[in-house]
Amino acid sequence: MTAVIHASDLTKVFGSSTAVDHISFDVRKGEIFGFLGPNGAGKTTTTRMLTGVIPLDAGTATILGYDIRSDPVQAKQGFGVVPETSNAYTDLTAWQNLMLMGELYGLPRARAEQRSSDLLEMVGLLERKDQKVQAYSKGMKQRLILAMALIHEPELLFLDEPTSGLDVQSTQMILSLLRDLNQQGTTIFLTTHNMEEANRLCHRVGIIRAGKMVAIDAPEKLKVAIDRVHRIEVSFDREVSGDVLAGLGGVTGVTRTGDKWQITAENRDAAIRSLVSFSQQNGAAIVTLNTLAPSLDEAFLRLTQEDKP
Amino acid sequence: MNPAGFFEQLMRAWAIAKKDIRIYYFKGPVLIFGVFVPVFLFLAFFMGSRQLPLSFLISGLVGMTLFFTATAVSPAIFPWEGSAKTLERLASCPITIEAIVFGDMIASILFGIGITFVTVIIGLALGLSLLHGITLLAAIFLAACCFSAIGMLLAVPPTNVPSNIMMLSSLIKFPLVFISGIFVPLEQMPAWGLVLSVCSPLTYFTDIVRYAFTDSHYFPVMIDIAALAVFTMVFTAGTMYLHKRTMPKRM
Repeated sequence: MTAVIHASDLTKVFGSSTAVDHISFDVRKGEIFGFLGPNGAGKTTTTRMLTGVIPLDAGTATILGYDIRSDPVQAKQGFGVVPETSNAYTDLTAWQNLMLMGELYGLPRARAEQRSSDLLEMVGLLERKDQKVQAYSKGMKQRLILAMALIHEPELLFLDEPTSGLDVQSTQMILSLLRDLNQQGTTIFLTTHNMEEANRLCHRVGIIRAGKMVAIDAPEKLKVAIDRVHRIEVSFDREVSGDVLAGLGGVTGVTRTGDKWQITAENRDAAIRSLVSFSQQNGAAIVTLNTLAPSLDEAFLRLTQEDKP
Repeated sequence: MNPAGFFEQLMRAWAIAKKDIRIYYFKGPVLIFGVFVPVFLFLAFFMGSRQLPLSFLISGLVGMTLFFTATAVSPAIFPWEGSAKTLERLASCPITIEAIVFGDMIASILFGIGITFVTVIIGLALGLSLLHGITLLAAIFLAACCFSAIGMLLAVPPTNVPSNIMMLSSLIKFPLVFISGIFVPLEQMPAWGLVLSVCSPLTYFTDIVRYAFTDSHYFPVMIDIAALAVFTMVFTAGTMYLHKRTMPKRM
């Protein structure tokens, strides 16, 4: 698959502190790539380097085939940016902001007007298009910023915490728009703190810690990879002995939680087979049987706290 | 379409200029520094120094007006936009730093020219006759370019606090007015004053305005025009080079 973003040895130093330390990764065409990390890990600095806002101190970044250092204008022509803080011109109306963006991306006036109209309708701001942005709520501003980033129909969209601090309605609208855009072929680079958001949206996630990339994989694979011991939750229609369950093949531990048993196993498949055959042999019907994978939250915490001094 | 091409970047610079005019040129500091200050300085000298002829003072007023209007807003635009994070928006758009700076310059050139015409009309209304209109037009255009480049040079320090830049701006602009032959004719200046006045582009513009209204001048007109052109080129190249260096520090 083609790499839309190719970052190699990306480095940024502020004084004596290395904010981003030789990180390398690719974002493939058509995917939603989640970029996760704790506060101060280097997420926003990385995004700013990739979008050409601040210069790289070392390494290379190729965006849509253009080197962000040597061909910044061509690279920027192909992507849109939604920063964490709304940066629309508050003294202009939504319409004027969009028309300004249209001009900065070189759109013909008629096309810019058509796109502005469509986008404002899409984000639910068409009726307030002639109102100055300073009167907008945070959610409205963020929706406008998204519309501004999409004015030129970019192939790639950078979003830095797009739903941070937003109401449920705006959050859901933005997430739904991102899914639709991705289905239409837009590649999305999403910086977020929200694990649930990343889990539901992203095809792959990269986790950065103290300026270094500690993991890149699909969310499900990351969750599984961090836990060698698997957990299974099971309940029966009658009382069963914990000692008996502990003696079953593949089971390494048993804990009672309410009316359920939590089984730990190194081999999940073997443990489930043992539980099913135990159920058949003892006439104890299984009421519920769940495999408990670690959440992305747990994976994130594990990966961002390992080896922490 | 080559987004990095000259014409494309020129169009985008024009978009920046339109945005500036819409947003910034009707704010308080613009009215104060661009219009009221020259008018009140003129009135102060007009009333306090009755031996100077009106034609001399009006020429000074035109010079001051263009200088103050063309440099009124441009120094503060980058700090304003830096603190509002809109500069980051521009930095992520396909427009070069040179085009952003040029766009800001276009806005201040247009604003400077517009307001200066008002003072020229005031001069004509007070009974002065315009003897060299074409020369004055050319000089106003050239000086507006030069002064707007000075305005952008004042914005080079990478601070996002507009008041810091406005203070620095006033610190440089006001002394420049007093060494540029606006209130004290160059003929009456001491030698050290003349040395300083030669270093000020405002001197040459005021000299041309005086020539346009009274037919008298200190330097040959071609020298005035050439000096303004050289100052414009040096300041424009300098401001673009320096902004390219300091822009990332604002982010």
